[in-house]
Amino acid sequence: MQQFANPTRFLSLANGALPYIWAVTLILFAIGLYGALVTAPPDYQQGETVRIMFVHVPAAWLAMLVYTVMALASAVAIIFRHPLADVAAKTAAPIGAVFCFLALATGSLWGKPMWGAWWVWDARLTSMFVLFLLYVGYIAIWQAIEETGRAAMIARIVAIVGFINIPIIKFSVDWWNSLHQPASVFRMGGPTIAISMLWPLLVMGLAYTFLFLALHLISIRSEITTRKLRNLQIARSENR
Amino acid sequence: MKLLGALLRRDLILAARQGGGVGTALGFFLTVLVLLPIGIGPDQITLQRLAPGILWITLLLSVLLSADRIFQQDFEDGSLEVMAMAPASLELVALTKAFAHWLSTSLPLSIAAPFLGVLLNLRTEIIWPLTLSMIQGSLALSLLASIGASLTLNLRRGGLLISILVLPLYVPVLVFGMSATTGNPEVIMPSLLILSAIALASLVLAPIAAAAALRAYLK
Repeated sequence: MQQFANPTRFLSLANGALPYIWAVTLILFAIGLYGALVTAPPDYQQGETVRIMFVHVPAAWLAMLVYTVMALASAVAIIFRHPLADVAAKTAAPIGAVFCFLALATGSLWGKPMWGAWWVWDARLTSMFVLFLLYVGYIAIWQAIEETGRAAMIARIVAIVGFINIPIIKFSVDWWNSLHQPASVFRMGGPTIAISMLWPLLVMGLAYTFLFLALHLISIRSEITTRKLRNLQIARSENR
Repeated sequence: MKLLGALLRRDLILAARQGGGVGTALGFFLTVLVLLPIGIGPDQITLQRLAPGILWITLLLSVLLSADRIFQQDFEDGSLEVMAMAPASLELVALTKAFAHWLSTSLPLSIAAPFLGVLLNLRTEIIWPLTLSMIQGSLALSLLASIGASLTLNLRRGGLLISILVLPLYVPVLVFGMSATTGNPEVIMPSLLILSAIALASLVLAPIAAAAALRAYLK
C-alpha cells in the first residue's frame, strides 16, 4: 500500500484508470436503469412508485459505504501515517453526504404516495438523518480549522468517534421506534424480493459504487492539485 | 492521583466561584420550563405526557450550552499546556475535567430536574426512574460533551460546531433515558442498565478521544 503513497504515482494510476471506471459506470447504469424502468414489474401493492426503490436503496447503501471508507481512511491515516489517507477521507465526505441527502430526498418522495407524509419518524429514516448530521459535522470541521495538518488530526477523531457510534445509534433508534409503533414498521415488499426486481437493484448498487469510485478519484486528484498550487503560491510569496 | 484530586478540586472551586456553572444552566433550565407550557398550552394532561421528554431535552441542551467551558478557559490562559506537561497522562486530565463538569453542572441539574418536573405535573411514579436515569445519563452527556469541547477548542463559532458534532452522540442517551421514563415497568430496568453501559463505555472511550483532540491543538 505504501507504494501508492507517492501522490504523483497515485495520480498517474488514477488518470489511467478513470476512463475505464467511467465506461463501467455508464454500462452498469444503462443495464440497471433498463432493468429498473422497463423489465422490472410494477409492485402489486405499490404500483409503479416502487421504481423509486432503484435509485433510493443504492443511495442509502452508498451513504453507509462511504462513511465506512471515510472511517477506514482515517484509521489508516492514524496508524500508517499514509499521506493520501487524509485526502481520501476528506474528499469522500461531501460525496457521501450527497448520497445520504439523495437517499433522504428520494425516500421522502417515495414516502408521500406510500405513507401520505413527506417525513415519518421511522427508525431507518431517523438513523439516516443522524448519519447525514455526522457527515455535516465532519465537513464542518474541515471548513472551520484553517491549518491543514491540525484539521486532518481533528477530522480523523471525528470520523472514528462517529463510526464507533453508528451501531449504537442504529440500535437505540430501532429500540425507540419499536416502543412507539410496534406493528406498523415499514418493511420493503416483505422479507423476500422477486428476482426480476433484485437484479436491477444489485446492478444499480454496483453502478452507484463505480460512480462513487470515479467521483472520489476525481476529487482526490483536484485536492492534490489544490494543495500543490497552494504550496507553490506560498513558496512564491516567500521568495519575494 | 493526588494531582488529579487537586485538579478536580480546582475545577469545582472555579465553577462555584465564577457562578457561571450551575447558576446559568439552572437558569436556562427554568426558563425553558416556564416558556414551554406557555407555548404548548396549560393543559395538564398534555403537559404530564410531555414532561419526561421536556425535562430530558432541557437537560441535554443545558449540558450542550455549558460544554465549551470544559477546556476553553484553561486553553486560553495556558493552564491546559501546564496540565499536558504534568506527570499524569492527558487522558486522565481530560477525564478529570469532564468529571468536574458533571459534578458542577450536569449532576445538580439531573437532581433538580424531577423537582422542577412538578411544574409540568410529572407523574409521581416516574420520579425515581427519571432521577436514576438522569444521574447516569448526565455522566455520559458530560463525557460526550468533553469530546465535542476538545474537538472545537479555540475555534470561532465553536458553539455551533459542538452542537452538530455532539447531537448524534446524544441520540442513544436520549432514547434510553426516555424509554426508562415511559412508565412501562418492563422496560425501566433494561433501559437503566443500557444507560449505565453507555455511561461506563463513555467513561473509558471519551477521555481517549478528547485527549487525542487536545494534543492536536496543543502542538
